Amino acid sequence: MELLNVRDLRVSVEDKEILHGLKFTANRGETHVIMGPNGAGKSTFGNILMGNPAYQATSGSILFNGEELLDMPVNERAAKGLFMSFQNPIEVPGVSLENFIRTALEQRDHKRVRLWEFRKEIKRTLENLMMDESYASRDLNVGFSGGEKKKAEILQLLMLKPSLAILDETDSGLDVDAVRTVSRGIEEFQKDKDSALIIITHNAAILSQLHVDRVHVLVDGQIAAEGDASLIDEINENGFARFEEGVNGNG
Amino acid sequence: MAEEKTFVDDIDRSRYDFRNEDGESFKVEEGLTPAIVEQISREKNDPEWMREFRLHSLEVYNNTSMPDWGPSIEGLDMDNIVTYVRPHTKMSASWDEVPEEIKDTFERLGIPQAERESLAGVGAQYDSELVYHNVREEVAAKGVIYTDLESALHGERAQMIREHFMKLVPPTDHKFAALHGAVWSGGSFVYVPPGVSVEIPLQSYFRLNSPGAGQFEHTLIIVDEGAYLHFIEGCSAPKYNVANLHAGCVELFVGKNATLRYSTIENWSKNMYNLNTKRALVEEGAKVEWVSGSFGSHVSYLYPMSVLAGRGARSEFTGVTFAGAGQNLDTGCKVVHNAPDTSSYVNTRSISKSGGISTFRSAVVVNEKAKNSKSAVSCQSLMIDDVSRSDTIPAMDIRTDKADIGHEARIGRISDDAVFYLMSRGVSEEEARALIVSGFAENVSKELPLEYAVEMNNLIRIEMKGAIG
Repeated sequence: MELLNVRDLRVSVEDKEILHGLKFTANRGETHVIMGPNGAGKSTFGNILMGNPAYQATSGSILFNGEELLDMPVNERAAKGLFMSFQNPIEVPGVSLENFIRTALEQRDHKRVRLWEFRKEIKRTLENLMMDESYASRDLNVGFSGGEKKKAEILQLLMLKPSLAILDETDSGLDVDAVRTVSRGIEEFQKDKDSALIIITHNAAILSQLHVDRVHVLVDGQIAAEGDASLIDEINENGFARFEEGVNGNG
Repeated sequence: MAEEKTFVDDIDRSRYDFRNEDGESFKVEEGLTPAIVEQISREKNDPEWMREFRLHSLEVYNNTSMPDWGPSIEGLDMDNIVTYVRPHTKMSASWDEVPEEIKDTFERLGIPQAERESLAGVGAQYDSELVYHNVREEVAAKGVIYTDLESALHGERAQMIREHFMKLVPPTDHKFAALHGAVWSGGSFVYVPPGVSVEIPLQSYFRLNSPGAGQFEHTLIIVDEGAYLHFIEGCSAPKYNVANLHAGCVELFVGKNATLRYSTIENWSKNMYNLNTKRALVEEGAKVEWVSGSFGSHVSYLYPMSVLAGRGARSEFTGVTFAGAGQNLDTGCKVVHNAPDTSSYVNTRSISKSGGISTFRSAVVVNEKAKNSKSAVSCQSLMIDDVSRSDTIPAMDIRTDKADIGHEARIGRISDDAVFYLMSRGVSEEEARALIVSGFAENVSKELPLEYAVEMNNLIRIEMKGAIG
């Protein structure tokens, strides 16, 4: 069943157009990968989906469950089921990770969280992500290493249970062990067949351990190629040169 | 979108700005004369030395000029301030004896609940008199004296009070200290005997409830050798059209190896001139911990001072100041290192919004004999919008080369990225901003007892309401 339908999407940042008429669809239960060289517009795509006010859509539409997302406030998108794991998670002093997730759940769903069950669940999720229990009471991302920040994002993903998760460069800056732990967290999320996943990455390390349905190659603000998981291996071997030529040749 | 939300609406203070019908039994004439001071003294049944002290202070007051630095206090008309207002009741030993009208006001402020839950004793000041006073038996049984200052002047520690009263803050200190010496009324006296640790915080509430009434409560706390006390002062005042003045005075004597924590949450109404003076004398091996939250008032001058008088004496100051529309809050602290191996630590946050001005002013003095002393001052400011102002004025006077001194100041804004990040998890923009601001002020809230921390966060939430366009 169709979850996300993006049509003719043009997006600018500070009056510079980054995405030039993007098309993209995703169904429930699918895992999509967006790959592409630096500067291709991968993060722009994630940010416009989530609603970052620094990015402006100049044309096109983003239908999520048949509903237009453009012009919808960020928190309402979250309430509709969107989630983005940030490339650079923000440090928020004085707000603990646990309290933040609880506040987010209560605000998003407009109902009280049962404290006992919440505690149990966050404890179990922390264990799965090989994170010490003490992280729950630490200030959100403050003093976290790069790897810890990414794990904390996956923790939020698993606690908030969105129907569409966008992972923006979640694998960057992770060592081998952390990649394995994060992959396990993502696999956990994939078990929910009502949800879809968009993984934005420029390297394939994290993908070798995950099931992938569809790969989209983004070059210079356009989808240059699409295919199944075998496309990942090809990119691993040959890089993006072939697709860049194609786009340059067209344009 | 980003442009619009930088303007911040004024907050709804209706929860705090309420008052009862004027029901004072007694008022002095407006303006200040020796006859009025005599009258106050007579009404209070002062001992002779106090009567003389008041008259002398009045003389100093008349011969001292207004401060010529800091925020403007031109709106303060001294002739218009009724200096002394007394409620109907005398001191009450039990809650049942407190008149309904007064109870009602306190209940709306949430005071009775707080009292029931964790307090050892309450001296709640209604206008200028203590109306309710209750010290828990176990605290009294340890020899701790917690009473109103007027009674104490005639009690067993009368001589002790005479030896300490306005010795740390003499009337000659500044014009409003002199005024305080002349007309002081109400306030608490606490004495903790040597080695006694008071487990539960003692606390006191002060508020004004009469048009044009000034408030001049005096707090005198003596913590003897090796003893421990946490004292909490909470303030909330209703709003009036006439300029209101608060010129209270707090004197803390922290004996050898003793510890005193003094916490304050001030939420004066926005027409108040808060010109309060607080000072601590810290003996050898002793420690004073100031926790201070300033939210209300039109203008504040507030710089609690620690005099580190004995070897190894320590001072910690943790503060937060929140200045909204029409507020000019000049706050900070002062530390004087007068002995070797002393240390001071200052950690403050200031928040300004809707054109509010928040100034952090600190002074650290390390005298020649204070060898091997340490001082670290850190202040951070957060500006919620483009029309507000935040200043930092740190002063240091170091007279020995054997001192370790550090200072750090940072001014920031709420970043759009942080708001986007929090909103992406489902919280509203208003909640996102409130979370960031509460988190910023956490240095103070985590030092407060839970109920106060909750109240402070509520206050921040109320201040931040409508903070988006």
